[in-house]
Amino acid sequence: MFNITHISFWIVFAALLFFTRKQRILWPLLALALLLLFNDIFTPGFFNLELREGHLYGTLIDILKHGGIVMLVSLGMTLVIATGGVDLSVGAVMAVAGAVLAQAAINHQSPFVAMIFALLVSLVLGAWNGLLVAGIGIQPIVATLILMVAGRGVAQLITEGQILNFTDATLVYIANGYLLGMPFTCTLVLVLLAVTYALTRGTALGLFIESVGDNDIASRYAGVNSRFVKFIAYVFAGFCAGLAGLVAASNIKSADANHAGLYAELDAILAVVIGGTALTGGRFYLLGSIVGALLIQTLTTTMYARNVSADIAPVPKALVVIAVCLLQSDKARRYFTRLFPRRNPPAAMTETLTAAAPKVEAGS
Amino acid sequence: MNRINPKYIPLAATALVMIALYVLGCVLYPNFTSPRVIVNLFGDNAFLGIAAVGATFVILSGGIDLSVGAVIAFIGIFIASMIASGMQPLVAIVLALVVGTVFGAVQGSLIRVFDLPPFLVTLGGMFFMRGMAFVVRQESLAIKHSFYQQTIRQLVIPLAPRVNIPFTAMCLIAVVVVATYVCVYTRFGRNVYAIGSSENSALLMGVPVGGTKIGIYALAGFFSALAGCVSTFYMQSGNPASFVGLELDAIAAVVVGGTLLTGGVGFVPGTLMGVLILGLIQTLITFQGNLNTWWTRIAIGVLLLLFIVLQKAIAGRGRA
Repeated sequence: MFNITHISFWIVFAALLFFTRKQRILWPLLALALLLLFNDIFTPGFFNLELREGHLYGTLIDILKHGGIVMLVSLGMTLVIATGGVDLSVGAVMAVAGAVLAQAAINHQSPFVAMIFALLVSLVLGAWNGLLVAGIGIQPIVATLILMVAGRGVAQLITEGQILNFTDATLVYIANGYLLGMPFTCTLVLVLLAVTYALTRGTALGLFIESVGDNDIASRYAGVNSRFVKFIAYVFAGFCAGLAGLVAASNIKSADANHAGLYAELDAILAVVIGGTALTGGRFYLLGSIVGALLIQTLTTTMYARNVSADIAPVPKALVVIAVCLLQSDKARRYFTRLFPRRNPPAAMTETLTAAAPKVEAGS
Repeated sequence: MNRINPKYIPLAATALVMIALYVLGCVLYPNFTSPRVIVNLFGDNAFLGIAAVGATFVILSGGIDLSVGAVIAFIGIFIASMIASGMQPLVAIVLALVVGTVFGAVQGSLIRVFDLPPFLVTLGGMFFMRGMAFVVRQESLAIKHSFYQQTIRQLVIPLAPRVNIPFTAMCLIAVVVVATYVCVYTRFGRNVYAIGSSENSALLMGVPVGGTKIGIYALAGFFSALAGCVSTFYMQSGNPASFVGLELDAIAAVVVGGTLLTGGVGFVPGTLMGVLILGLIQTLITFQGNLNTWWTRIAIGVLLLLFIVLQKAIAGRGRA
């Protein structure tokens, strides 16, 4: 239990917690730390890492590898939620992207052409959502519900109701390959995270998204093209979902229109909310969403490691959803602070919360 | 004064689509005119209809309930295993209804007391109930009791020779009648509309927003549980893995039935028509024979799009 990698892991994690102690990301990180600590003590072999043929193996690596799909989806979802919307269709888009990929691969397209096809289709689907929300002005839940319902039908149409298998080495590499000893999925997530971060924080785009999410009308008066900003967010979410669809299809070397990306939208929304982005829109935290996705995957892996049946696994997840909701809720926070009074409330957090969710307190 | 109130236009459109689909079926397939088609339409979609009625109340109030499918699956396996362990079926059903109502009330309380988004709370509820269904039992369980195998099957109203209205269809019709009454003629119903139109205005007018909100989710939980009971009548078994995604069909039926997802506008009979439209699409595709089931999803998606755009157009005109 007390080997070098082990101790260094906890030292690094403790340092991480120390440096983020005044930021919102502290909470999901702390939850992750607690879950890992629980596993460290009670699940034997959870922290074992092995180096085989230059590739790292172990439960921790599995979490990174399998959490990749939710991480990719949640990056796009973060921006959509930040604009005050939500995208329910990401699971269906994943299924469509996987179906296009497999169908193209089976029809002897080169793997790169197949990937480009799949990503183009998911961009188009994202643009469709963006058009409904930003162009026609339909409520986001409703607008994306259409594609959520119809998308799986379209995916089945593409696969002709079959589960399409492919064997192309390049396509299989996406989810199963290793780069520099780590799963290739990690590289994919890191690149997408870096690009998203650069685009939103390096340019004014992130600020525009936050302003649209905070107050659509005010930002329009301030000269922000709020429709375009929303449109871009949905297109980007479509792209991320498509990328996740490629990984999901590559993972099982086939396209399964019925089960690919099932519940992906719910996991992604959960990851985003755990990460500290409020569902009401406004401030967003890309790194928080990644940590949220990691937390969800660690929870799932913990259940498997502790021999909890996969069917019962949703119950603890439900408790996490409610706990996270309560932590984010202004009202619940007030109840708790009344129960445990203290002198210095975390000012930064309550401020952002009240700013993100102004409530009329009539009646009280 | 003779102009039709715009809030009835979606309802009229729904009725038109329903009649058009039925006539289309009758023209294309001679067997479609059989009364059995209509009877089966009600009987086969009874649990979806009852769940959709519950969802109508939630959506009218401006909320959303994602836990429907999981609750139905849980209630199904719950009743099946209670009966298997020797409980009287009627006692099991009453117990199931109580469990469903309490579960809904807990969801409503979380939403109300802590101001949590309904979307996330009912998402948690969905995960919880789906998991609990598997805690009760890991695989499906047939119900072997004379009440199920004989009494329910004999509770039919003969309509024509060899065509009977099944008990499930009667349940659906009864639920729609009662729910319509509650929605239109009771104080609770009007409060639901008021909250859906504008929660703040309702609060300032003195509508008991808190109690009504908890009541709405408790009612939705009750209807979901009732749908679960009816599903056991229909399937004669309980299955923890069943009805995944049923909440989407319920929401789709509500929207196609002319209820605005923003809340405040809509009618329970419209939801019944929405359910029947989904059922008709399914039946048409079954009659067609060589079309695959995925066309159902696509057709429902297209219908959803049409109705949402129609609603948007009407809402836009109302504002102008």
